[in-house]
Formats: sequence, C-alpha cells, structure tokens
Amino acid sequence: MAILLIAEHDNAALKSATLSTVTAATQIGGDIDLLIVGSGCTAVADSAAKVPGVRKVLVADNAAYDHEIAENVADLIKGLASDYSHILSPATTNGKNFMPRVAALLDVGQISEIMSVESADTFKRPIYAGNAIATVQSLDAIKVITVRGTSFDPAAAEGGSASIETLSQVSDTGLSRLVSEELAKSDRPELTTAKVIVAGGRGMGDKAHFEMLDTLADKLGAAVGATRAAVDAGFVPNDYQIGQTGKVVAPELYIGVGLSGAIQHLAGMKDSKVIVAINKDEDAPIFQVADYGLVADLFEAVPELEKAL
Amino acid sequence: MKVLVTVKRVIDYNVKVRVKSDNTDVDLKNVKMAVNPFCEIAVEQAVRLKEAGKASEVIVVSMGPQNAQEQLRTALAMGADRAILVQSDDVLESLSVAKILAKIVEEEQPGLVIMGKQSIDTDNNQTGQMLAALTGMSQGTFISGLEVSDTEAQVVREIDGGLQTLAVKLPAVLTVDLRLNEPRYASLPNIMKAKKKPLETKSPADYGVEIKANTRLLKVEPPAERQAGIKVANVAELVEKLKNEAKVI
Ligand SMILES: Cc1cc2nc3c(=O)[nH]c(=O)nc-3n(C[C@H](O)[C@H](O)[C@H](O)COP(=O)(O)OP(=O)(O)OC[C@H]3O[C@@H](n4cnc5c(N)ncnc54)[C@H](O)[C@@H]3O)c2cc1C
Ligand SMILES: Cc1cc2nc3c(=O)[nH]c(=O)nc-3n(C[C@H](O)[C@H](O)[C@H](O)COP(=O)(O)OP(=O)(O)OC[C@H]3O[C@@H](n4cnc5c(N)ncnc54)[C@H](O)[C@@H]3O)c2cc1C
Repeated sequence: MAILLIAEHDNAALKSATLSTVTAATQIGGDIDLLIVGSGCTAVADSAAKVPGVRKVLVADNAAYDHEIAENVADLIKGLASDYSHILSPATTNGKNFMPRVAALLDVGQISEIMSVESADTFKRPIYAGNAIATVQSLDAIKVITVRGTSFDPAAAEGGSASIETLSQVSDTGLSRLVSEELAKSDRPELTTAKVIVAGGRGMGDKAHFEMLDTLADKLGAAVGATRAAVDAGFVPNDYQIGQTGKVVAPELYIGVGLSGAIQHLAGMKDSKVIVAINKDEDAPIFQVADYGLVADLFEAVPELEKAL
Repeated sequence: MKVLVTVKRVIDYNVKVRVKSDNTDVDLKNVKMAVNPFCEIAVEQAVRLKEAGKASEVIVVSMGPQNAQEQLRTALAMGADRAILVQSDDVLESLSVAKILAKIVEEEQPGLVIMGKQSIDTDNNQTGQMLAALTGMSQGTFISGLEVSDTEAQVVREIDGGLQTLAVKLPAVLTVDLRLNEPRYASLPNIMKAKKKPLETKSPADYGVEIKANTRLLKVEPPAERQAGIKVANVAELVEKLKNEAKVI
C-alpha cells in the first residue's frame, strides 16, 4: 500500500491541515508520498521533506498549477495515481475543489471529510450536518479521500529526511484562469487551527459593534469567527463563517456571542473542548451545548469580560 | 444557450434528523422533504440568466424516487421551462449521479450546468466536480458571484482565505454557495402554470448507465452527546470557571 497525500500550503510552508492528514495517512498505513503542487512552491518541499514518516516529496512547480486550478491539478494527480492505493487531501476548499475531479477521472468514488480511520478501507464521516455519523467502506481499488483537519492531531513537522523528486510533466488544460484573489489579511491565528475562538452572530447588531469582538479576541490571542447570518448581514467577510457550509473548528475554547446555535452552525463548532455562550435569550439552543452559559445582554457582558481578563 | 440545473430532494433544513435504533440509516419516514437549499439557489440563478436574455431555456433535472417530482415542480414554478426526472429507488452515489448527468449533458448540450455545492443530507460536495471531470468541462465551484459572456463565465469563489475570481471557459459546470442570490418564492399563478410544464420521466437504464456502488454503508450512529453544562450568574463567575475549572485561560 502506498498513499499519495496532496499537501495544503501557501508556497512558503505546509499548512497544519497537511500535518493532520499525515496523521490520518499513518493510521491507514503504508508508504506516504507528499505532493506539493503549485506555482513558486519549491520552497515548501524542504519543510515537507522533514515531516517524519514521509517517504518521498514530489514537487510539481509550474505556472499551470498557480492557485491550484482544479482542472490542471486533477489531471496531474490522475497521471500519478496508478502507483497508489489511497489519495488523500485535507478537506480545505482546495481539496474539495480538485479531489472529486480526480476521483471521477479515475472512475472511483470519493469519501468526503473523514473524521476517523477504522481500517485501510473503512472510515467514519459526518452526514446531515453532523447529526449522524456514517461508517462507510470504500469498494474502490484507489481510495480518494478528503480529511477533516480538526479530527486528527497534526503530525510532527520535524525529524524526517525524505527524498525530493521534481516532476517534469505539466498538465495544462487551459480551461480556467485566475482573474484576481482577495485574501483576508489578519494578524490573528487562523480559524481552523486557533486554540481560542470568539464568534459572533446576528445579535452583534452591526459591523461597528462586531468589532467589540476583535478587542476581546486580541486579549485572548483568539481568532474571530461568525455565523452565516453575521456574514450575510455584512458584519464580516465570508471566510469568518463557521458551520456546515463554512469552516469546521475545534478549539480549546469557543466563545459564542449573540448567536442562537442553529444546527448548521453547531455542525462546525460542537467538537470544541469548552463552549461558552453569551445570549440574552435563556432558551437559545446554543445553551444546550454550552459548558458555561451566561444569560446577559452582550453589550454589557462583552466589555465586562474584556476588563476581567 | 441552454442551462441545465440539478435539484435534489432532501430533508428540510429545519428538521433535525434522527438515527434509526438499529443503526442502519437515518429515519426519513414522515419527515418533511424539500429542495436542497443550494439547488434552490442554482435554479434561481438559471432563471435570472433567462430573464437577462442570456439563457434560452432552463432544464431542471433530478434523480431519485418518484416523489422527487414535487421538487421538480417547485423548480418549474420558480421559472424553469421543463423537467427531467431520472427515477430510481436505488441508492445513487455521487459518481452514478454524475454519470447520468453526463449523458444528459451529451443530449442537451447546455452552455452551463448549475448545481448546488453540496447536499445538506450526505454533505458530499463532489457531484458537480465529478460531472465536470466526466465531460471534460471547466469547473467553477462554491460561487457567490457570476457574470456570463459568450465564451466564458467569471465566477467569484468562496475559498478558505477569502474570495477568488476565475474565468472559466464555456461550457462549464458551476456549483453555487449560499450568498449567490436569494431564491424567489413561487407565486400561486406560477405554481398553477408549473403543473402544465413538461416533466419527462426516465430511468438510469435509458441513459445506459449502470448504477454501481463505490461504497458500502456499514453503520449510522448518532454523534457523541455533549455533557450538559451550567449557567453562570455573571461575568466574574464565568472568568473564575474558565480559569480554575476548565483551565482554558
Ligand atoms: C443550507 C444552509 C446552510 C447553512 N449553513 C450555515 C453555516 O455554515 N453556518 C452558520 O452559522 N449558519 C448556517 N446556516 C444558517 C443557520 O440556519 C442560521 O440561520 C444562522 O446560523 C443563524 O445565525 P445567528 O445565530 O447569528 O442568528 P440568529 O438565529 O438570529 O440569532 C441571534 C441571537 O442573538 C441573540 N441576541 C440578540 N441580541 C442580543 C444581545 N444584545 N445580547 C445577547 N444576545 C443577543 C438572540 O437572542 C439570538 O439568539 C445555514 C442555513 C442553511 C439553510
Ligand atoms: C446514511 C446514508 C443514507 C443514504 N440513503 C440514500 C437513499 O435512501 N437514497 C439515495 O438515493 N441515496 C442514499 N444515499 C446516498 C447519497 O444520498 C448519495 O451519496 C447522494 O445522492 C449523492 O451525493 P450528494 O447528494 O451528497 O452529492 P453532493 O455532491 O453533495 O451534491 C452536490 C449537488 O449535486 C446535485 N445532486 C446530487 N445528487 C443529486 C440527485 N440525486 N438529483 C439531482 N441533483 C443531485 C445537487 O445539485 C447537489 O446540490 C445515502 C447515503 C448515506 C451516507
């Protein structure tokens, strides 16, 4: 058995989701090769080679793979697939974009967002917004799988010495091209890996009041997240959204402020270790999952909390 | 340009699903069913393209049991022109759905296929990407913005780090995110009109697609329940608990 693992990276370093996927790969068993695909991504190879347990790092560095355009990346992976029993990627928006395309090119299914490895062909995954957990067995010769980062501890980043191989073949389908990218800039930790998260909902009222949470987050060294309602209302950009259709998070501490706890939101945060809810409605469903609930007006409680820290 | 849209019949998003006591599946008996919310947004977008004069015809397709007709009628009432139901009581996994859709694409030759980014039941998020692969089309996934010209579509994609704009060549498969538009409610006259619009029923065999299982479902369990927590009286108590009991700050 050999596993091809498609790394998530930013052209400079591996993202933590890659290391979580390495853990899942280790549980499956077999040789692990890491594929670094992108444009200007060669620098990542050196850090990838240090990940213990990796046999080989494959590097596909070409303008055709800039921003991991799905059509080209899927074509590349298809060409490599025959050497492998499993193809894994983190369930990031990149992985979700190109992995099903890889699966269909190989005429196999995809198992999405696994949260545990039961055996080399059997996995658990959430369905119905996490209200049910399915155990599914893959019947395909090559198993194409995306991995939920928060369900696996990140593997060690240092200590290994894998070989690095540069791939010369280039897949350029010419089907799509990048026009522009608008990336959020923030000095705060990333939502999916943050130890502490402060999340706000519609109850924050407006954009200016939502900024209260920034100050609280800075005191806690926390990331800031939001409900879909808060994103839709324009309080914060889309990359803040936590939930069934946004990001899945599992911090040590999650503080939900002025949000009701809809099932779609809970789907993205109910595996947090400690959940705090601040809501003025004592019947809000968020209190059913909160370890510590505070029934209060957030406009009084948040400044008070900030001062008490 | 024809636009093909898919709608899936799923549990209503307000309903909290229950797992059967024998752990074989979820219990969908007497549960309210609806159009998958993402598919509703896909239909709305297709109808808007027609209203803007960019699409000539909107064809809506569903695969599933006979009563998926209800969801097709909803789409027709929103403004789609005709419907195709590929009727099957088998479990249709994403790859099989994509294979059937690929045959329909071959027959209808749409300029755009617009689908939901994921079904809220199985949360796979893969059928659109698979269809794009099988037909060799370009793909624009998780989109919250769309502009269509004669040869390409400019799509704004919601990605982990923010937003990305791509130009994808036509024909293309697009999968839509929640913020693309706000779907309309069908008016009563339009619901009546929709009853007379053509709805064709087919089977997977009509398209020569053999339904194959790529996975076997071994078990369905409820998720681990969280221990009930406590209410704190004030901020001071909250801080004290977080420091001394939970030890997280
Ligand atoms: C297909 C689909 C997918 C979805 N995916 C997601 C998703 O991924 N993530 C997500 O979050 N949602 C998602 N949703 C939306 C979800 O159903 C809810 O609508 C949303 O989560 C509600 O956001 P909210 O809790 O901020 O708002 P509300 O439900 O309006 O709650 C606001 C809360 O704030 C409280 N409040 C108001 N003022 C104050 C105050 N002054 N002090 C204290 N408390 C106050 C109120 O008591 C209330 O409980 C999805 C919906 C659909 C249909
Ligand atoms: C516990 C469990 C129980 C299941 N029970 C059943 C069952 O009883 N019956 C059954 O048929 N399948 C069943 N399945 C299979 C599952 O529903 C399929 O995997 C699914 O139909 C295809 O994937 P998806 O809808 O999650 O695709 P996604 O990739 O999440 O869907 C993306 C988009 O593709 C389109 N799409 C997908 N499927 C269809 C469709 N059928 N018609 C129209 N458009 C579609 C929609 O636009 C949708 O928004 C079950 C799976 C599990 C895990």
